This record gives sequence, structure tokens and C-alpha cells, in this order.
Amino acid sequence: MDHDPTAAVVVRDLRVRRGGGVVFDGLDLEVARGGVTGLMGPSGCGKTTLMRAIVGTQRVQGGGVTVFGQAAGSAGLRHRVAYDTQAASVYSDLTVEQNLRYFARLVGASRKDVGRVLDQVNLRDRAGQRVDTLSGGQASRVSLAVAILGRPELLVLDEPTVGLDPLLREELWSVFHTLVDEGATLIVSSHVMDEALRCDRLLLLRDGRVMADTTPARLLSETGADDPDRAFLALIEREVG
Amino acid sequence: MNLTRTFATSGRVLRQLGHDPRSIVLLLVAPSLLVGLFAWLFTDTSVFDGIGPAILALFPFVVMFLITSVTTLRERRSGTLERLLSTPIGRFDLIFGYAFAFGLAAIVQAFVTVLFAVRVCGLDVEGPLWSLGLVAVVDALLGTALGLLASAFARTEFQAVQFMPLLVFPQIILGGLFMPRDQMPDVLHAISDWLPLSHAIDAVNAVAAGDPAWDVYRPLSIVSAFTVGAVLLASLTLPRRTP
Repeated sequence: MDHDPTAAVVVRDLRVRRGGGVVFDGLDLEVARGGVTGLMGPSGCGKTTLMRAIVGTQRVQGGGVTVFGQAAGSAGLRHRVAYDTQAASVYSDLTVEQNLRYFARLVGASRKDVGRVLDQVNLRDRAGQRVDTLSGGQASRVSLAVAILGRPELLVLDEPTVGLDPLLREELWSVFHTLVDEGATLIVSSHVMDEALRCDRLLLLRDGRVMADTTPARLLSETGADDPDRAFLALIEREVG
Repeated sequence: MNLTRTFATSGRVLRQLGHDPRSIVLLLVAPSLLVGLFAWLFTDTSVFDGIGPAILALFPFVVMFLITSVTTLRERRSGTLERLLSTPIGRFDLIFGYAFAFGLAAIVQAFVTVLFAVRVCGLDVEGPLWSLGLVAVVDALLGTALGLLASAFARTEFQAVQFMPLLVFPQIILGGLFMPRDQMPDVLHAISDWLPLSHAIDAVNAVAAGDPAWDVYRPLSIVSAFTVGAVLLASLTLPRRTP
């Protein structure tokens, strides 16, 4: 199989069925190391399934995913890859800090890391509060904080900015870019197309296929659209027409 | 197995319990209240001395079964299990983490209940008290292990609770609480031999009667074998990859 050995993620002929329906029927794609790759597309297009396949929690019917040259989900990768699901997957009956300390011990992060991520997601003053007393946006930031605890090399984030106000979204994107500057590779999914402009690379998914593998600038110039929403619609029209 | 991750998990489970004082009170006080009710009901008869020990074997089992199946189910449904399985933690770290935490809760529960039954209700126990506690802890671990297993087959908390009549009640009915096992119809006696709770009740009755140690440890090791089997089966129900 010919692929770039420096790629962070290589997906080859991936076939996944979920709940009786076909999600992927031979998906191929690559994600280069470094930068933020935006996984864009309407809901139901397979974003979450692809992310689960990359972190190795998705049962697949065929093909495979390799991450940093190893099979997705293998033991050697679990220190290097972190995943944040769409719903805040933290313990709602524990405080923010108790959640972080627990996951820190699992991934071998230090107490210092707990303080660092609290600052990064701007929740230092909520550290002693139970997660079920936080707002939805705060809870999802706790979940994000857990994902960045162990300084993973690949960070897979499923709709991390959904439901956040513009200011917080801005702050989170600056966290993402800091992580990239430190050498991490980020895969961020979103169905809000205007987030596409903040990514370094874009993968547009539709009905379990890669409709475009591009950059924000190229997407706009090739479609002649002035915003990513229209660019996406233009791509669909081009395919259909 | 990694002890850091196992104990981190136990600590986390106990911390969750610590945020729920009502559950702690129920866990510690409810068995004593029910034991007290039995003792009161059968005042001035010898019935309580007959079935009291068996009841002591029952509570840790039932309570831990419920707590474990509901807590584990919550973990499966809240997305934290999927997150955990994408981290370096192993399935056995997780399961033993749970078992240690609930085992510890069971020790405290057994201590309170045994003390209440003997000191307050005047339960007559010939054997050493600590072995009564030991049987209670092994029963609690059996409940934890079966609860872990049951949680795999339930989609909702409601279903998890309904597994109790299915998995627990037959064991109580055939366990020798209502009728000595050797007086049961042959078929039922044979079935009861294959139910772990029967052996737990045998063990606790042996302690109460002051029988030789082997009569306590033989059934207790059978219960332990069931527990280990259920834990192994439960670990198979935690696949990293799910559909």
C-alpha cells in the first residue's frame, strides 16, 4: 500500500456498518502530521464513526486504520492518542478536579498537568465544583481538559465547540493552535461550516465518502463562493449536476 | 494489570459514592434495619437463630448486585466507558478497581450488620465473628461480579433493576432459606447446587453452628470460584470496540 509514511492517520478501504446501515463502504483518506484537520459535513455523514475508528473503539467490517504506523487502538497508541466524544464524557457526580486527577493517573499525567489544563480551558475557578452543577458548555470543556491532560500527539475532538458562545469558541481555538504549535496533530469535527476557516486542512464528508480533501483557501477559490457554507453547497451541486 | 490504574479507579468509585451520602446511609443502615425487623418478628421463638445467619449472607449480595449493576450501566451509557477504553487502562484494571471499591464498602457494611445482629438482636453465633464477616465480604464480591455481568445485558437502569428478580430471587428461594436444601425435591436440590448463593448460605450457617473450618471454607471457595468466573465473563462484556 502506498502512502506517506509521515502521515498521522491512514485510512484504507474502511468498511463500517452501524445499526443495519452502511456508514463507510471502502473509505480512503490520510491526515498529515501537525495542524488542525477539520472533519466537516452534515450530521449523519459519518464524522463520529470515522473518529471512533481512528481511536480504535469502532468495530469495523473491513479495511483498516493506522495511526503513526500502528493499528488504530493498539496498546502502544493509547498514550499518544486522546479522544473527546461529542457528549461530555466525564463523571457528573465528581468535581472538575476529581475528574482530572483520576484521568491524570490513568494516562500518567502529573498534578501540574491538572493545573495546566484547568487554565487552558479556563475552569480554574470551577475546580472544586461538581460537574452536574456546571453549564453544558463548561462540562464539555472539562471533557476537553481530560483529553489534553497527557499531552497526546494526536487529539481527536468530536464537535468540541458545539453550544459554546463566540468568546469561548475563540479561546478554545487558540488552545487548539497552541497544542499544534507544541507539535500535536488535531482532528476536529464540526457541522458548522464557518469553523472550517480556522482549520489548516479540510476533509468534507458526505454520505460516508470524502467529497473534498482541501484547504479553506482552496475551497473558497475553487468554488468561487465567499463563505464556506455556500462553498459546501456548491460542491454538492457540482457532484449532483 | 496495573495497580496504579486499578487503585485510581477504586478511589474514583469511592469518591463518587462519597458524593452521595444518602446511598451511604442506605448501604450501612438498611441491612441492620431489616435484620432488626426479622429479629422483632420472631421474638421469643428460635426462628431468628435459624434464618438470621442466612439473612446476613443475603444482604451484602443483593445490595452490591444492585449498586454495581446500576453504577456500571451508568458508566457504559455516559460515554465514560468508551473514553476509558481509549486510554491505557485495561479491562481488568477497571473491573478490579470496581471490585476493590465495592469490596471495601462491603467490609464496612458487613461489620455494621454483623455487629448489630449479634449485639443488638442477640443472634447466636458459635463460630468466630470475623469469619461471619469474611463470608459477608465474599458474598458482596459475588454480588459485585454478577452485577458487573448483568449490566452488560441491560440497556437502561430500569432493566438492570429487573435483573434482580431474574438472577437473584431464584437463588434466594432455592438457597436453603425457606427449606433446608437436603429436603428439597431432587431436581431443585440439584439446581440449587449450581447456584452460588446456596453455598454462601451453607458457609454462613456453618459459621453460626460452629462447624469445623472446612465446612466454612469449602462452600466459601465455591462461592469464590463463581465470583472469579463472573468477573472473567464480565471482562468479556467490555470490548474496546463496539458496533
